Amino acid sequence: MSHLAILPVLLPLVTGSLLLFTSRLAEGLRRAVGFAATLALLPIALLLMSQVADGSYVVYSLGGWQPPFGIVLVADRLSALMLLLTAIVALASHVYAGDGQDAAGPQFQSLFQFQLLGINGAFLTGDLFNLFVFFEVLLIAFYTLLLHGLGPQRVGAAVHVVVLNLIGSALFLFAVGTLYGVTGTLNIADLARVIPALDAETAPLARSGALLLLGVFALKAALLPLGFWLPRSYAAALGATAALFAVLTKVGVYAILRVFPLAFGPGAGELAGVASPWVLPAALVTLAFGALGVLAARALREAAGWLVVYSVGTLLVAIGLFSEAGYAAAVYYTAHSTLVSAALFLLADAVARQRSVGGDRLDVVDSMPQAGLLGSLFIVAAVAMAGLPPLTGFAGKIMILDAARDSGLAVVTWSVLLSAALVVIVALARAGSALFWRIADAGTARPAQRRVPVRTLAPIGLLLASVVAMVAWGGSVTAYAWSTAGQLARPSAYVEAVLGTAADDRRSLR
Amino acid sequence: MEGLVVIAIGVLTAAGLYLLLRARTFPVLLGLTLLSYAVNVFLFASGRLVVASAPLTDQGLERYPDPVPQALVLTAIVIGFGMTALLVVVALRALRETGSDHVDGGQA
Repeated sequence: MSHLAILPVLLPLVTGSLLLFTSRLAEGLRRAVGFAATLALLPIALLLMSQVADGSYVVYSLGGWQPPFGIVLVADRLSALMLLLTAIVALASHVYAGDGQDAAGPQFQSLFQFQLLGINGAFLTGDLFNLFVFFEVLLIAFYTLLLHGLGPQRVGAAVHVVVLNLIGSALFLFAVGTLYGVTGTLNIADLARVIPALDAETAPLARSGALLLLGVFALKAALLPLGFWLPRSYAAALGATAALFAVLTKVGVYAILRVFPLAFGPGAGELAGVASPWVLPAALVTLAFGALGVLAARALREAAGWLVVYSVGTLLVAIGLFSEAGYAAAVYYTAHSTLVSAALFLLADAVARQRSVGGDRLDVVDSMPQAGLLGSLFIVAAVAMAGLPPLTGFAGKIMILDAARDSGLAVVTWSVLLSAALVVIVALARAGSALFWRIADAGTARPAQRRVPVRTLAPIGLLLASVVAMVAWGGSVTAYAWSTAGQLARPSAYVEAVLGTAADDRRSLR
Repeated sequence: MEGLVVIAIGVLTAAGLYLLLRARTFPVLLGLTLLSYAVNVFLFASGRLVVASAPLTDQGLERYPDPVPQALVLTAIVIGFGMTALLVVVALRALRETGSDHVDGGQA
């Protein structure tokens, strides 16, 4: 059995633990080790992706214990894509942090690795309880990275985030307990096998468990009305970590996309489509609210936070259709929005560092030393985010609109999606012109302005170059999205791959 | 016995929720603790309650407790403990940084 599938979990775990105990070493050395471990995730993700690209599943049972009793890691096209995205964003975030932000507090390097451990684990696990464990790992790293550098604003935001997510964890456990009590299993593939057989007596219990689970995932994904914690806390975090957090909301989205089509899909008997009445309406509200939030934001970082909410709304509109075309659009849009949001957070931070007064507030003040470079990066990110041709946002929106055409709610979906996009265009145009275009007459004495070294801006370039690459190789990216959607829409292959023949001689415990 | 356990879970959850809605960080913390107790008992009970039997499976026993929830509950206790400790630290830090133990940091 190849051990490739566990490397994305094992590598950050080992590196993070080693870094934890070597805090006396020179910061440069620790940074280099952290960088090497982060960089190594990229080839691992690519290798894993090449193994599953033909539609096969990589199933890794830990300790050789066979599912459904043993714990499994499962990599399919969706997991591999999410791992690749995490690796790219983590690399950009780590390089950007190397310019001093990682020294704002102790143990940044090890916390960064633990964050990656949690994220990668959540993308790979095939077990509901392990999903909970990896959620907790990524959350505890998230809290501490959020607090990195301290200050009243960060601590205040962190109190809310920690309390909310602890409530979320409690609800997650209630959901897990309910589902276990009804089905006797927590392996997602096994759940998919057991749930269709539930009778009218036990199905309502499983339904409440499933809906609780949806609520928890919605909290992690910042789906309204559970998403108000996000903009404030992301805006308070350091730029480099906020970029990494752009992946975190996608973990919630991924969990919805993983669990619901598989275990509660059309073949789930009494529980078929248990999530469909909820996801689409909530997503439309999130989308509209996110767009208004971007318009109302007074600083670029705040706007970037609301853009995350906006893109989560857009994504879940696509998922909420619960169709193959919807999944394809969601997969494509996930890749696009993760990269662009991360780039925007880094950009907002670079702007705040360059302006002598006002930070990243959207006021008209004097010019920045590197206004041309930052402005060009901003326009690429803004065009992609707002969904204007020729960049990825446009293609993603077209896919979503096309997927929504056949559903009953086409009129509502189209009008909300398109008007929200218009609002975002206006907001981003306003932000761009305030930051880069209109420049107040330089007053009296200008404080010394700090240029940011190009090496530090390179990560933004890397993220935006990936976005451009998604357009340049649009055909193969779209094909990958469609084949991923095909896997999601036909869950029987997943169940077959995980359980195999083990399902036959499975003996019920009670 | 099921009735007693159900009532215990309900009371713990209700008290936890009430405390969660308070405005100071300490009651909120206690509320989360009570909520996690409720969750732990609930998880434990999800494997069905069995009395007067071996603690684990044994040959020839008709009724024995399900070992999986016991493992789950142990993990959940450890994680909940760690998270509560972290929240205590964050709340104390918030008190120091903002000078108030209000959950919104601001007013007294």
